[in-house]
Amino acid sequence: MPRSLLTRLALGLGAAVIALPALAACGGGGDDKDAVVVYNAQHEELIDAVAKAFTKETGIEVELRNGSDLELANTLVAEGDRSPADVFLTENSPAMALVDNAGLFKTLDAATLGRIPAQFRPTNGHWTGFAGRETVLVYNKDQVKPADLPASLMDLADPEWKGKVSFSPTGADFQAIVAGVLALKGEAATEDWLAGLKANGTVYDGNNVVLKSVNAGDVATGIIYHYYWYRDQEESGENSDDSALHYFGNQDPGAFLSTSGAGVLAGGDHTANAEKFVDYLTSEAGQQIIADSYALEYTLNPAVPLGRDVPPLASLQVPPVGVSDLDSQKVIDMMQDAGFL
Amino acid sequence: MTATSTGTAPTEPGSAGTGSVRNGSTGTGLSPAYVAGIVVVGLTLIPLGYIVVAMITMGPAELVELLWRPRVGELMVNTLKLLVATVAVTTVIGVACAVAVVRTDLGARGWWHAVLAAPLAVPAFVNSYGWVSLTSSVQSYSGAVLVVSLSYYPLVYLPVVAVLSSLDAAPEEVARSLGRSRLRAFLGAGLPRLMPAVLGGALLVGLHVLAEFGALQLLAFPTFTTAIYGQYRSAFSSDAGTVLAAVLVALCVMLLFIELVLRGRRRYDRVGSSAGRPVEPVTLGRWRPLVLLALVGLAALALGVPLYSLGHWLAVGSSTAFPVGELTSALFSTLGLAAAGAALTVLMSLPLAWLAVRRRGPASTALERAAYLANALPGIVVALALITVSIRVVPSLYQTLPVLLLAYAILFLPRALVSVRSSLEHAPPVLEDVSRSLGTSAWATLRRVTLPLVAPGIGAGAALVFIAISTELTATLLLSPIGTTTLATEFWSNSASVRYGAAAPYALLLILAAVPATVMLSVQARPGRVRS
Repeated sequence: MPRSLLTRLALGLGAAVIALPALAACGGGGDDKDAVVVYNAQHEELIDAVAKAFTKETGIEVELRNGSDLELANTLVAEGDRSPADVFLTENSPAMALVDNAGLFKTLDAATLGRIPAQFRPTNGHWTGFAGRETVLVYNKDQVKPADLPASLMDLADPEWKGKVSFSPTGADFQAIVAGVLALKGEAATEDWLAGLKANGTVYDGNNVVLKSVNAGDVATGIIYHYYWYRDQEESGENSDDSALHYFGNQDPGAFLSTSGAGVLAGGDHTANAEKFVDYLTSEAGQQIIADSYALEYTLNPAVPLGRDVPPLASLQVPPVGVSDLDSQKVIDMMQDAGFL
Repeated sequence: MTATSTGTAPTEPGSAGTGSVRNGSTGTGLSPAYVAGIVVVGLTLIPLGYIVVAMITMGPAELVELLWRPRVGELMVNTLKLLVATVAVTTVIGVACAVAVVRTDLGARGWWHAVLAAPLAVPAFVNSYGWVSLTSSVQSYSGAVLVVSLSYYPLVYLPVVAVLSSLDAAPEEVARSLGRSRLRAFLGAGLPRLMPAVLGGALLVGLHVLAEFGALQLLAFPTFTTAIYGQYRSAFSSDAGTVLAAVLVALCVMLLFIELVLRGRRRYDRVGSSAGRPVEPVTLGRWRPLVLLALVGLAALALGVPLYSLGHWLAVGSSTAFPVGELTSALFSTLGLAAAGAALTVLMSLPLAWLAVRRRGPASTALERAAYLANALPGIVVALALITVSIRVVPSLYQTLPVLLLAYAILFLPRALVSVRSSLEHAPPVLEDVSRSLGTSAWATLRRVTLPLVAPGIGAGAALVFIAISTELTATLLLSPIGTTTLATEFWSNSASVRYGAAAPYALLLILAAVPATVMLSVQARPGRVRS
């Protein structure tokens, strides 16, 4: 009898364990069998807008699963052929490389690839860039005079910048910037630069926090992407009015443009529709939605410039870094050695 | 019931004795309860096992390289200096408040008790949000000590109040009759009897500080826990992250060990059923304004600042659209996860509680202790271990609900176990035997005899776990299936992106979720029985 007590309690609770998540799942939107499943590491609001327009135009439903670059890349690798994913979208290209190295992407249509300049996609054509984010130095206007701004991102490792620079080293954004430095300057110079930054820098969690801290005068400068500042300006300026952006230009590593990537997974169940989605993302219609959105990231299809009050892509003088040249594993090892991770 | 029994005959030998030692593993095999107990403990030991196995497979050379680097030293210094300072500050505040409430003629005792326990209802990461969103000056070592101490001093205050108000006056009165001053009598005869409560509270603070992620991340003060998260975000499941986790676990175990040694084997038992005569309260006299000022100041810092800040952001944020849809969906998935997690945790605690009560012996004690060990593991370590194990061993489970629920069960099993165990102790098997011998069926016995006896304990255990899960951040952040958002993760993504106004409604709901547990704990430790 004691065992039957245990058994029955176990059965009852077991039923509850099974039933409750099912109930909870009911609130989470239905699974549409024909929908294109997008593993999305880009900003949800942005891709949601693109997906809605895509559905309106083609009648093809899109289901977003949102996460971060590495989380979703590793999920895809873990799921392998069994993954329900049809499309993968990232904020930065190293995560695309991770999935590509696992051999999970299907080569994109030539028509899709042709819309985006070659510098924003890998030579193997397994994925393509669809948006870009420019490295900038945000500085507090009361603490730094424009004349005193550094000529190169590399200068921030010099002793004169001690205590005057901040960044978010655990984020994929900053790590992409380091990857750019590594590709352009080589291992030894990058190592010295990281050691200098470690000595000089204040570490925050997230680019928004960097922007806010610089604007508030807690630290003089911060390494971020351009759109954080412009978004805050468009919203209220609360966290950006006392700061300004410094573009390094001049093919400096500090002018590195990070590429957001899109790829179609070979193992997906809706490959044809997935290709249509990525095609739409790079088309004039899709790029126009990105250009008009709150995101303020650069569109990469030359037919649709971002416009707004952001300096045009062509004026940035970005350094020549191939999207396949970014070695994220090496970057992690070096940042670990420098004591950031 | 013996291991070989297949039926439920009430005439089995030994089944009539309450709490008698019976060996369940004699016979042809292990009893199902033992099997279940071993499975449960096996599951809870996954994180520890993972770390040990990972360190072994890493090899000594890489281990030393990853362990012996400046970053680990920097994190060790940060973690230890935060640990020492917060434990010291919370101990002083907690004991001082308890003495003021229980041992003085402060007045409005119940009211002050509620106010002093209330900060427990504000999760530490919400408290940090309150401070950081008002001033970035707390993003420093001293700021971290301040904010974390304000969040965790009730962990010392509550047990000390409970013990202090049940202490018998006699030892201190004897000391005073022998010429000791009031203060020296308390220090010599009162304080030592408080030590187990103080140490227990301090240990709890220490474990919380070691496991704290959200608050310290917002306060920009890196410790092992935040660094493990940084590693996870940058390198996913890496050896470097595992080594940091191993160091963190070692610190937790060290803390348990220190508490064990300090507590020693001294006992402060008293014979007799009543709790003893309370001590005459101290007359504050001209010190009253000072004590009141200190208490009001503490309440203002610990409760006033986060609530003011929350109110401010709610007012500011409501000018923009109130995200009713997202709020509701986060609320429902939080409730669903908490309910499922609580059910699983209670279910897992049943065989252990059963063995501990009905099959007393070294084996069942060992199983129970092993489950408590998980209590010392930070959420970040459990999450990292489950991610790595699931992705390498059972990739089909990676990023799925069962793994998240298992993490909750590992983290909160001890809370369920305590309640379920004590309720089972109130349901002696003899009652079931009598019921069966009177011809009642097994099912009816369960329904009419056993369940009514154990249900309150199971319910209380489930409630405690439910509340703990609904405000859990760290493990949820790493393990929640893609697309699943909870109040804590939505709050986190907003406040970490400096969208303070947008985070406010989630912060409010998180506080509301923590209120019932706080009320429960503060009522349990009520300074009720005091001479006035």
